Amino acid sequence: MLPIGAYVALLITWVGLTVASLTARLGPLRLSRGAFIAAPFLLAALPLVFVRPEQPMGSVDLGPLTLTVSGEGLRIFTTIALKSWLSVQVALLLTFTTPFHDLVDALRELRLPRILVAIIGFMYRYLAVLGEEAQRLMRARAARSAVLEGGAGGGSLAWRARVTGNMVGSLFLRSYERSERIYAAMQARGFDGTFRHMEGRTIRAGEWQAFAVVVVLLIAFELAAHLWLPRL
Amino acid sequence: MTQDTAPHDHAHAHEHADGHAHAHEHADGHAHEHGQPIQTDPGLDASWVLIEHLHYAYPDGYEALRGIDLRIARGEKVALVGPNGAGKSTLLLHLNGINRPRHGSLLIGGLAVEGSNIKRVRAEVGLVFQDPDDQLFSPTVFDDVAFGPLHMGIAADEIHRRVERALEAVGMGGFERRLPSHLSIGQRKRIALATVLSMDPSVLVFDEPSAGLDPRGRRQLIELLRSLSQTVIIATHDMRLVAEVLPRTVVMDGGLIVADGPTDDILGSEALLERHGLERA
Repeated sequence: MLPIGAYVALLITWVGLTVASLTARLGPLRLSRGAFIAAPFLLAALPLVFVRPEQPMGSVDLGPLTLTVSGEGLRIFTTIALKSWLSVQVALLLTFTTPFHDLVDALRELRLPRILVAIIGFMYRYLAVLGEEAQRLMRARAARSAVLEGGAGGGSLAWRARVTGNMVGSLFLRSYERSERIYAAMQARGFDGTFRHMEGRTIRAGEWQAFAVVVVLLIAFELAAHLWLPRL
Repeated sequence: MTQDTAPHDHAHAHEHADGHAHAHEHADGHAHEHGQPIQTDPGLDASWVLIEHLHYAYPDGYEALRGIDLRIARGEKVALVGPNGAGKSTLLLHLNGINRPRHGSLLIGGLAVEGSNIKRVRAEVGLVFQDPDDQLFSPTVFDDVAFGPLHMGIAADEIHRRVERALEAVGMGGFERRLPSHLSIGQRKRIALATVLSMDPSVLVFDEPSAGLDPRGRRQLIELLRSLSQTVIIATHDMRLVAEVLPRTVVMDGGLIVADGPTDDILGSEALLERHGLERA
């Protein structure tokens, strides 16, 4: 929620994040490199550079279309890019340092609806299983994708798209069938539609206090970024 | 190596009518150890699992079971063999009410598998699925083994005791906080068994327990299966497992029971095995 162009505030955030990741004995490179995984989503923000009318800085001629780069748009885009890069790093830091079932317990403690908590739990559990199944499919395709010497293997783009489409469909069907088997396994052990949970890890008083301190600090930082910290 | 090596007295000991003494002894030990809620009586023990005229058709009309009659004594160890599509898995899913019969009846320990009994039947019959990834759906091993007892409405400290005992029984003590995805297939199979042992069932039902295991994992599984005191029903293609663990064999084909008898006799009959697409151990 930092304002546009609050580069100083973003820099402070980055320093804080780096200190945190060093404390967690994670190399800062691991986080900053890992965070580029979200880079493709920035494409969605790219048009902002051209559609804002303020401060035209020059234009690119693309035949019938002329794109004008706007200074304001560039600032917005840079801010969004930095924010998303930092946000992904924070998320990575959290998942690197916290076992997943602790996160699930925390969501439950924070009164997230049980059905959502259950879905998140299932998703995490079966992501790896699904990934393996997809990998097997792709290996089967690769094993039969031979190319004769001198030949142009691979077929047409449409044909390849159809193969990929079939693979996705088959993966979906397999997952659907698996979900039915899992449901049968749950029923077999007495599941009647209500998710129950053992009182697992609960949030301790000290943790609530730490949580409150963090929230207050964040609000103060947010205010500072809006009111006092310089913006470019 | 041939039919006549099958010892007669062995075959006799497991015939249904004569099985009382054997089954009875087991039932007593069992009742003592696990505190079974259901009273034991010799008549009931002789037909602990009782299936009569069971018919089942899938929603698309395919008749998977076409009249099954089966009686299994308490403590008996039974193999269910037959080609793919014979109806083995379909039958197993009836045993705790996942599939409901179109005609016929099922009784487990005297309880009809229907209506309001279903929850008690599910505590009585532990179903272990073929793929442990289907069976282990919780974030941690502990959550999975606790799932059954938790949904039976058991108190928390008792659940902790049961989870610990079930994991000990399958040789996986201390794995409570581990994630199922980080375990080997053999370990996952054993934990899948623990997830039903923690419900303290009197009948354990397995679908292809040895599929996908390497020789060592298979060996460990066989030892584990031999150590079980409960009534055990195993659907499998693994005839060596049958020969080693299960004294009685039921052969299914085309939705019917086509043979039922001492494993030595069944495995001794080449013609029978050939006819139903099976092989010797």
